[in-house]
Amino acid sequence: MPALAAAAGARGGGRAAHRSPDRTADRSSGRPDDGAAEPVGVVARGWSWRHGGRRRAAVSGLDLVVDPGERVLLLGPSGSGKSTLLAGLVGVLPDADAQGPGDEGAEGEATGELLVGGAPAGARRGRAGLVLQDPESQVVLARVGDDVAFGCENLEVPPAEIWPRVRAALDAVGLDVPLDHPTAALSGGQKQRLALAGVLAMRPGLVLLDEPTANLDPAGVQEVRDAVVRAVGATGATLVIVEHRVAVWADVVDRVVVLGAGGGAGAGGGGAVVADGPPERVLAEHGDELAARGVWVPPRYRSGPLVPGWDAPEPGGELLAARALACARPGGPVAVRSADLALRAGSATALTGPNGAGKTTLALTLAGLLEPVGGAVRAFPDLVGDHGPGPAPGTAPWRWRSRDLLRRVGTVFQDPEHQLVAATVEGELAHGPRLLGRPEAEVRRRTDELLERLGLTALARAHPFTLSGGEKRRLSVATALAVGPRVVVLDEPTFGQDALTWAGLVELLRELVDGGAALLAVTHDADLVGALGARVHHLAPPDPAVPLAPREDDGRSASGLRRLLGRRRA
Amino acid sequence: MSGAPTTGTSATAAAAGAPAPTAGTTTLGGLAGGLRSTPLTRANPLATLLGGLLVAAALLLTVDVVSAAVALVLEVCLLPLAGLAPRPLLVRLLPVLLASVPAGLVTAVIGRDAGAVLVGLGPLTVTEGSLGLGAAITLRVLAVGVPGVVLLLATDPTDLADGLAQRLRLPHRFVLGGLAGLRLVGLLVVEWRTLAMARRARGLGDARGPLAGTRVVAGQVLALLVIALRRATRLALAMEARGFGVPGAGRTWARTSSFAARDAGVVAVCAAVAAAATAAAVLAGTWAPVLG
Repeated sequence: MPALAAAAGARGGGRAAHRSPDRTADRSSGRPDDGAAEPVGVVARGWSWRHGGRRRAAVSGLDLVVDPGERVLLLGPSGSGKSTLLAGLVGVLPDADAQGPGDEGAEGEATGELLVGGAPAGARRGRAGLVLQDPESQVVLARVGDDVAFGCENLEVPPAEIWPRVRAALDAVGLDVPLDHPTAALSGGQKQRLALAGVLAMRPGLVLLDEPTANLDPAGVQEVRDAVVRAVGATGATLVIVEHRVAVWADVVDRVVVLGAGGGAGAGGGGAVVADGPPERVLAEHGDELAARGVWVPPRYRSGPLVPGWDAPEPGGELLAARALACARPGGPVAVRSADLALRAGSATALTGPNGAGKTTLALTLAGLLEPVGGAVRAFPDLVGDHGPGPAPGTAPWRWRSRDLLRRVGTVFQDPEHQLVAATVEGELAHGPRLLGRPEAEVRRRTDELLERLGLTALARAHPFTLSGGEKRRLSVATALAVGPRVVVLDEPTFGQDALTWAGLVELLRELVDGGAALLAVTHDADLVGALGARVHHLAPPDPAVPLAPREDDGRSASGLRRLLGRRRA
Repeated sequence: MSGAPTTGTSATAAAAGAPAPTAGTTTLGGLAGGLRSTPLTRANPLATLLGGLLVAAALLLTVDVVSAAVALVLEVCLLPLAGLAPRPLLVRLLPVLLASVPAGLVTAVIGRDAGAVLVGLGPLTVTEGSLGLGAAITLRVLAVGVPGVVLLLATDPTDLADGLAQRLRLPHRFVLGGLAGLRLVGLLVVEWRTLAMARRARGLGDARGPLAGTRVVAGQVLALLVIALRRATRLALAMEARGFGVPGAGRTWARTSSFAARDAGVVAVCAAVAAAATAAAVLAGTWAPVLG
């Protein structure tokens, strides 16, 4: 393998030495099975783990045996300790390998036994590899090849052996980019495959996936699933997946294990195995029960739909419209060149399209958060509403004062943490109405009502950041509900949510539409589109041939400088 | 460091469905892609670092017009080595160019007075002496700033980290931790913009006056910190899961940080610039040590 030898060699020839190796040269030779690690099994015997400072164990008394080479889907409601188990298996729980029970002051306390390949978990680095949920925080280095090599370097793999491993791993996950390709330029699905390649290059006998596709669009989900199937098929490694989208993985695994909820009657922590067997049998026997706990069970395994039927109201008049709208992020390329769409009262619109089509940019521009580059966003009088004394506000939302925007257009961001501004859950819901000077009694009443609806009454005084992902998501939608704007814009509201949260969100959104609001949701979720009876507006990637319309002004308040800047940017 | 790294590239790459052809990674100077390969950009970052320090040290020892002017002329002749077209290079150098003039002007006004008074306005005077000092400061800011920016632009953080850990034997846990953290800084710029939009959507964008404005910005900074900490924690977990950071464990390097003849060349050229500037000033009798 001369190409390998050259590429694996030192940096003597400058950067070019390893950064532009001929990847095609070793396609045939570098399969991951040469020297692949033996698949290893897992044994948990009465294993418990408690986070330092928490009274309740995250996992208590888990008994589970996974044979080498088995492929297991691990299901269970949030709080059942699935992620804790994976972290324990890979050996990254604080002090997991430490000390006996009752060691106070440790960051965590483990009891019982957790064995990987017959040895305590984490005792041998690289035995188990873990891919996590968030693509963004798993990329370590700036270049694809270096990132995949990172794990090998830490395992003290001889340098000459690293580059062949890197290539084989990239091949296994089907990531066909040069080794010096910037990791920042990868899509979410590609980043997850990169993370998987980084794990495979370490040649683990046990591959652990913790919701690897939760943050991806359908194309990305498929990409990652296929990569896992191919890679694990080639290495024969034991596979344990935590994921609540059963349909994606049911055909990949040969066993489903369901962990019970934590904190139940007398149960202590999570960790008790409540069902175990082949996917078909477990789903047939426990389908409804799993669905009730938020697992995405395919329809044929459950008795009813996730949400009841609903008659969408008859759409009313136009509230907000885009005409030949061109939009871009500040300083970025033009993401959408010419969009025409109208949002009507009491209706839902879904904005769909491939990654990079500018869906979010268009949504943020319609929501008055980005300045249009060309064309116009126009608000109709029904949306602008009573403005009280003083000059009438314009029809261009991006020019409105922040408070006027709050009153008229609610925006729900993809990551709820971006828009949480208060120190308590209750304060979060009361924030908007208070800012708009609504009577305190009314604010209190509405806040309590929403807390009740969200099932968060007990957590009213908790900090919003301490809520679970699903709770945060519902809270962020409810903050818009609390103000009651006529237009609500949502960016991927159902991304990564379990089935229960999803159903709760649909109920909230239907309530908004019933109340006469116009909904615009950037989404890949066909179920959501169906449940809301949404009209679909599909965006194609920007076509440079489409001319940009000049920006239309609403005929007010543009200073000379603004106008000059506007013209320059358009 | 300026600007967010390759957010634009990522959008276009995703749009095409396939990754864009190699766009290059972001250098320490915040430059993403587009660097032409030159001996300087290929050099080991430790060599460029040492070279830059040599020039800076020679110019900071003295404040005079001759040394700075000689160094600046030589540096401008070497600019093609930056590997960047003139216009983008000029854009990157603009902050230095803009900073040099006021630095000189302030010196001319408040600097130590000597010789004839050229402009007098109460206690503020510009004299022949202070004007000369001002010119020397302007030239010096340029002569130190221009190579500084160019070297930063040419430095790839990964290569620098490799050099620091492998050649200078700095602890690899800290070097690699810092390198991974650096990548998060670019993401924070994007996060900051999103936070600003989200807060406008929630009615917090109208702050008038310094007090309200400070409160709003403080809230946004806090939110950014929390988000950054969570990201960093998750990244640390991902790194640990890949065998990083085990106390006392060794490590191999897939990339070898090595020195070549070109690295000696870079250091030699920088040393020559420093020596020429100092020699010219000594010969002209203007060499004026700052210390002593």
